[in-house]
Amino acid sequence: MSATTSTDERDKRDERVLMEGSEALARAAIVSGCRFFAGYPMTPFTEVLEHFARLLPEAGGVCINAESELEAVGMAWGALSTGARAATGSTGQGLSLMQESFSEITLAELPLVIFNMARGQQDYFQATRGGGHGDYRHIVLAPQDVREGVEHVQLAFHLADKWRNPVLVYGDYLLAHTQEAISIAPITFPELPEKDWAVDGSSSGSGASRAVTSLGVSKVGQPAMGQEGKAQYIATKIPLMEREVRVEQGFCDDAETVVVAFGSPAKFVKYAISQLREAGHRIGYVRPITLWPFPYAAVAAAAAGPDVRRVGSFELSAGQLVEDVRIGVGGRAPVTFIGGVSTDHSGFGVGRILDVELIADRILALHEDRELPLIPGYEQYSYQIQEHQK
Amino acid sequence: MTIIDTSSAPTVPARKVEALKPDLLLTQEHHMCPGCGEPLAVRQFLETIEELGVATRTIAVAGIGCYTSFSGSMDLDLVQALHGRAPSVATGVKRMLPDSLVFTLQGDGDMVNEGLQEVLHTAARGEKVTCILLNNGVFGETGGHMTATSVIGQRTKNSLDGRDAEYHGYPILIGDLIAQLQGASYVARGSVHNAGSVARTRKMFKRAFESQLRGEGFTFVEVLTMCPTGWFVPTADGPSYMQETLGEVHIMGELKTDGRVRTTEELHAENVAKQRELDEQLARGGIEK
Amino acid sequence: MSEPTVSTVSTVSIKSRGTVTIDAEHCKGCDLCIPACPPHVLAMSTAVNHMGYRYPQLSPGCTGCGACLYVCPDFVFEVYRFEQPVVTEVTEVSGAKQ
Repeated sequence: MSATTSTDERDKRDERVLMEGSEALARAAIVSGCRFFAGYPMTPFTEVLEHFARLLPEAGGVCINAESELEAVGMAWGALSTGARAATGSTGQGLSLMQESFSEITLAELPLVIFNMARGQQDYFQATRGGGHGDYRHIVLAPQDVREGVEHVQLAFHLADKWRNPVLVYGDYLLAHTQEAISIAPITFPELPEKDWAVDGSSSGSGASRAVTSLGVSKVGQPAMGQEGKAQYIATKIPLMEREVRVEQGFCDDAETVVVAFGSPAKFVKYAISQLREAGHRIGYVRPITLWPFPYAAVAAAAAGPDVRRVGSFELSAGQLVEDVRIGVGGRAPVTFIGGVSTDHSGFGVGRILDVELIADRILALHEDRELPLIPGYEQYSYQIQEHQK
Repeated sequence: MTIIDTSSAPTVPARKVEALKPDLLLTQEHHMCPGCGEPLAVRQFLETIEELGVATRTIAVAGIGCYTSFSGSMDLDLVQALHGRAPSVATGVKRMLPDSLVFTLQGDGDMVNEGLQEVLHTAARGEKVTCILLNNGVFGETGGHMTATSVIGQRTKNSLDGRDAEYHGYPILIGDLIAQLQGASYVARGSVHNAGSVARTRKMFKRAFESQLRGEGFTFVEVLTMCPTGWFVPTADGPSYMQETLGEVHIMGELKTDGRVRTTEELHAENVAKQRELDEQLARGGIEK
Repeated sequence: MSEPTVSTVSTVSIKSRGTVTIDAEHCKGCDLCIPACPPHVLAMSTAVNHMGYRYPQLSPGCTGCGACLYVCPDFVFEVYRFEQPVVTEVTEVSGAKQ
C-alpha cells in the first residue's frame, strides 16, 4: 500500500481539521478500535497520554495514568489478553523500563501497539533490535509527518492483530507538537480471524480453559511447545513478517549519491534533495517507512544504480540507522554517516541539525566528496582521548 | 493394629463430604515438594470459586514461583504475568471485563520484593481484583533465599546466620500496608499450618471474592504456607517451624473488613482463642463451614 | 531357658463415624496428616509406594472431620461420613514378663 496515495484520497473525500500530532495519533487509535491505554507522563510523549485520557472514556474505553511505565505495559498486557485493542507508549527512556515485558508480550503473541514519541532518532536500535531479552522483533513504523502518523497508527493496530505481534510507531517531538490539517477517517483493512485465544472466563471449568502465556506451557492435557519450542516458533515467525516492509524512494534512477533517512528528518532531507536537484545535483533518497522490516532490498537496488558513487545516512543520533544502510548497500558503495546528535538544550526537542540549509550543506559535502562541515557549536563537546586511554 | 482398607469407597451407606480434589483442578498431580503448603491454599480458593458458582467468569493471573505450575492444572482462563507484575495485568483484565472475578496468585518474593509497587498501587487505586499472596518467607523456586517477608533470625540461603536487622533490614508486613489504603475493602492474613487455619483461610477467600463481586474495592488474602525445602527442615516440622518464625510476625486475622482497620499487633490475642475454638470443632467431628 | 510370660487378650469396640480413601500412590510421605488427625487414627506405613514414600494408614475411630484432607498437599484423601456409625471390634494383646 502506497502511503501517499491513500492519504490524498481520504483528504479529498473527508473534512480535514487542524490538529496537533499528539491528538491526531490518539484519535487515530480510537478510530482503530483501541479501547485501552495506559501511560506515564514523559516529554515529549505526555500529550499523547493527555489526549487518550480525555478521549478514550468518551469512546467507551479506559485510560489509566499508570504509576510507572512498568505498570503501564502490564495493564496493556492484561487488556490485550481479553481480546481488546490496547496500546501503551512513552519516550525512549520510558520504553527502556518496559523491555522485559515487551519481550514476554511478543512471546505471548499479544498485539500490543507501542508509541515512542522519541527524543531524536537515537532509539533506533531500541526499536528495531529490541532492548529486551531473547529473539524477537517488533514491526516498526516511522511516520514522516502527522498525516502519515494517523495512517500508521491505524496500520499498526491492523498489523499487530494480523501477526499477533507488537507494532511500534516511532514518532518524535516534532510529530507530537506540530499541527497539520488532517483527516481522521478510518481506513478499511482486510478482515482478520477471530481472537479465539483471548480469555474472558467463559472457558473456565470447561476442561478447555485457555492460557495467555509467554511460557511454552499449556493446560494439562493440551499439547505444549515447551520453552525451546516456543522460542523456535516465535523465531520462525520473524522472516515471515518481513513481507510487511514498506519504503519510499525518489530520484534514484540516475543518482550519483543516495541518502537514507526516516521519520520527520526524512521530510527535511527530501526537501533539501529536491532543492539540490533543481541546482543540478544528481542526488536521490530512500526513506524506510518500516524500520523493521528494514528495506534492505530497496537500499541495495538504489546503491546498485549505474552511477551511484556513495551512500549517506542522515539521522539524529550518533549513528544507528547507518548500520542497516551498510548491510543493505552490501559493499556496493561507501556508506557515510552524515547525521548527528541533535536535540535542543533540554534534550527533548529538535536541535540545530534539523535545518534544511544545514542538511543540504552536509548532503552536498558528501556528494562532492568533501569533508563534512562541523556542526556549529558541537566542537566543544568532542570527547578528547586521555593519556591513560592511549 | 487394625488397618482399615482405604483403597476404595466404603460399602456401607455413607456420604462423601470431601472430594479428592476440586473440579477446577485438572489433575491432583504436581511437582511441589513433600510438605509444601501451597497446594493447601490452591484447593481452598478453587473450591470457593466452585461454591460461589462463578467459575465461568473467573480469570486468574499467575505470577512466577513454584505455584506457577498450577497455571496449567487450574481449569481457569488465565494470563501468565512476569515476576511481580500480576497486579497490573489483573488491572487491565478487570477494566476490560468489569463483571469478571479476577485474582492474582503470587509468592512473597514475587509480590513483596519485585512487585511491591504494583500491589500497593493496585490497592490504592481500588482496582476490583483480589490479590492472593502465598507467603513462605523465601524465594522457594530458586532454592530458599531471603525475601522482604523473611523474619529476623530466619535462616535462608543468603542469610545463613539468620536475618540480621542491622545488615538485612526488617520484614515488611504487606497486609498492614495495604489495609491502610482507602482503595482496599478486605484485607486478611491466613495460614495453612493446621486444619483449623486452613478452614479459617477458606472463609477469607470467600469474603474477599464476595467483596470483589460486590464491587467494593481491592481485596487481599495472604496465606502463610510451609516450605520445608526452602527452610531446610523435615516436612513434619514445617508447621511448627512456621509458627515459630513467620507465624510470630505475620499474625493471622482480618486486617480490614467493613471499613474497620486493625494492625497485626491487635490480631495476636484473638488468634489464640480462635485456634482453640477450631480445635474443639475438629475434635467434635468437623469444622462448621 | 526362657522366662514365662503372661498375656492378656482384650476386645475393644471402637466406633467410627466416618472413613477416608487414601490414594497411597500419590502420597509424598510428608507426615502432615498424622498429627492433624484429632482422634489420632492415622499412622505411616512401613511399606513404601512406587515413589519410595511411606503413606498413611487408617485405624478404627475416624470421625470424618476432614482435617487430614485439609492439610494434605497431594490430594490423597476423600472423606466420608457414615449414615450409621460403624463399630469395629479390635483385639489387643498385651504381654508382660512375670
